[in-house]
Amino acid sequence: MCGTCGCGEENKITYRKAGEKEKLNLEHAHSHSHGNEEYTHDHHHGHLHDHFHEHDHNHATGHATIIPLERNILSKNDLLAERNRGFFEGRNIKAYNLVSSPGSGKTSILERTIREKGTELNCFVIEGDQQTMNDANRIKAAGAPAIQINTGTGCHLDASMVYNAVKALDVSSDSILFIENVGNLVCPSMFDLGESKRVVIISVTEGDDKPAKYPDMFQSSHLCLINKIDLLPYVDFSVENAKETALRVNHHLEFIELSAKTGEGMDKWYQWLANIKTS
Amino acid sequence: MHELSIAMSIAEIVEEEARKAGASRIEIVTIEIGTLSGVMIDALQFAMEEVMLTTSFSGAKINYDIVTAVASCEECCNEFVAEDLFKVCPVCNSSKTYYIRGKELKIKSIEVERDN
Ligand SMILES: Nc1nc2c(ncn2[C@@H]2O[C@H](COP(=O)(O)OP(=O)(O)OP(=O)(O)O)[C@@H](O)[C@H]2O)c(=O)[nH]1
Ligand SMILES: [Mg+2]
Ligand SMILES: [Zn+2]
Repeated sequence: MCGTCGCGEENKITYRKAGEKEKLNLEHAHSHSHGNEEYTHDHHHGHLHDHFHEHDHNHATGHATIIPLERNILSKNDLLAERNRGFFEGRNIKAYNLVSSPGSGKTSILERTIREKGTELNCFVIEGDQQTMNDANRIKAAGAPAIQINTGTGCHLDASMVYNAVKALDVSSDSILFIENVGNLVCPSMFDLGESKRVVIISVTEGDDKPAKYPDMFQSSHLCLINKIDLLPYVDFSVENAKETALRVNHHLEFIELSAKTGEGMDKWYQWLANIKTS
Repeated sequence: MHELSIAMSIAEIVEEEARKAGASRIEIVTIEIGTLSGVMIDALQFAMEEVMLTTSFSGAKINYDIVTAVASCEECCNEFVAEDLFKVCPVCNSSKTYYIRGKELKIKSIEVERDN
């Protein structure tokens, strides 16, 4: 996909607005989202500390030079993310990066938010999934402009995809932009999109040890939505355990318990959005 | 899974910098990686081996400099080695702690050969 990285794997990222027949033809500035390689491995911390640097090659003939770089490996994504962030700030667009495992209820929460608060909040939505237009279509049906990014085999959105999508969606000033990331609690945590706040969603059907299993995502988020609380009577999920574990990773994390189905707790979510909007 | 993306970013930066420096050969690439950077070192090594085959530095040596994570306590200012993200201060038991080191993910240097 990337001419520059020389990767042979063709992975086409596509963009399409909800309600439109044609895919958009967008030049991607640069993105790396090949996640199609699978490998298993044992992870031993021990071996991290016992490597050596051998400089045993022959310097006699060549003109070896050490070039100090000190370059952040994700610097390209980070630069683009900062560009997005500047764009959002300049136009008073509050951008939220919604991350979770598949099926926690991200789209359901957005649908309800748009139905109940859509006109007041002026929402736009970027949907990231590997395949299908389903989520963008659901958002459009709920009443907000939406664009679908299909990442193919890619396991996360990156800043350049968001950059392209924002341009195509024509997000207006003084608005809220929800970016629903690909359902995955691991990879999206490393990729800054330029969002104002990151929101991690867990549902009570997932087990309250999610923060213990995927601490990175909880560490990098500002708010944690605990969804599907209507199901609490039927599952062994301790809200207290989940919160306590998440707080050990990130003591600044805020929590809201809600149900996209019954609407319980949604008012607290709207309150949170309103507070961010004016701050 | 993102280790593959990371490996490709490394390859891209290394080739770009080597070109800028007018290098004819890349000998050594030194990568600095924190124990809490979110990258699994063995997965990255595996991905690097794959990715390097398609680059101009397939024979180069990659050094992985591991930076052990250190956190500091907001309550008592103690500094301690953080084994994982659940960094509780061993002195006062507080979890109000923050990282000083351990999130690094960068290319420190490359060692290249020039023709003349
Ligand atoms: N009982 C109950 N079900 C819910 C709730 N929220 C969502 N669901 C159901 O959970 C399923 C997944 O919801 P989605 O909104 O598609 O979840 P998602 O996080 O957008 O999923 P992906 O985009 O595939 O990762 C659907 O069947 C929803 O009806 C809730 O609060 N309570
Ligand atoms: Mg969805
Ligand atoms: Zn302390």
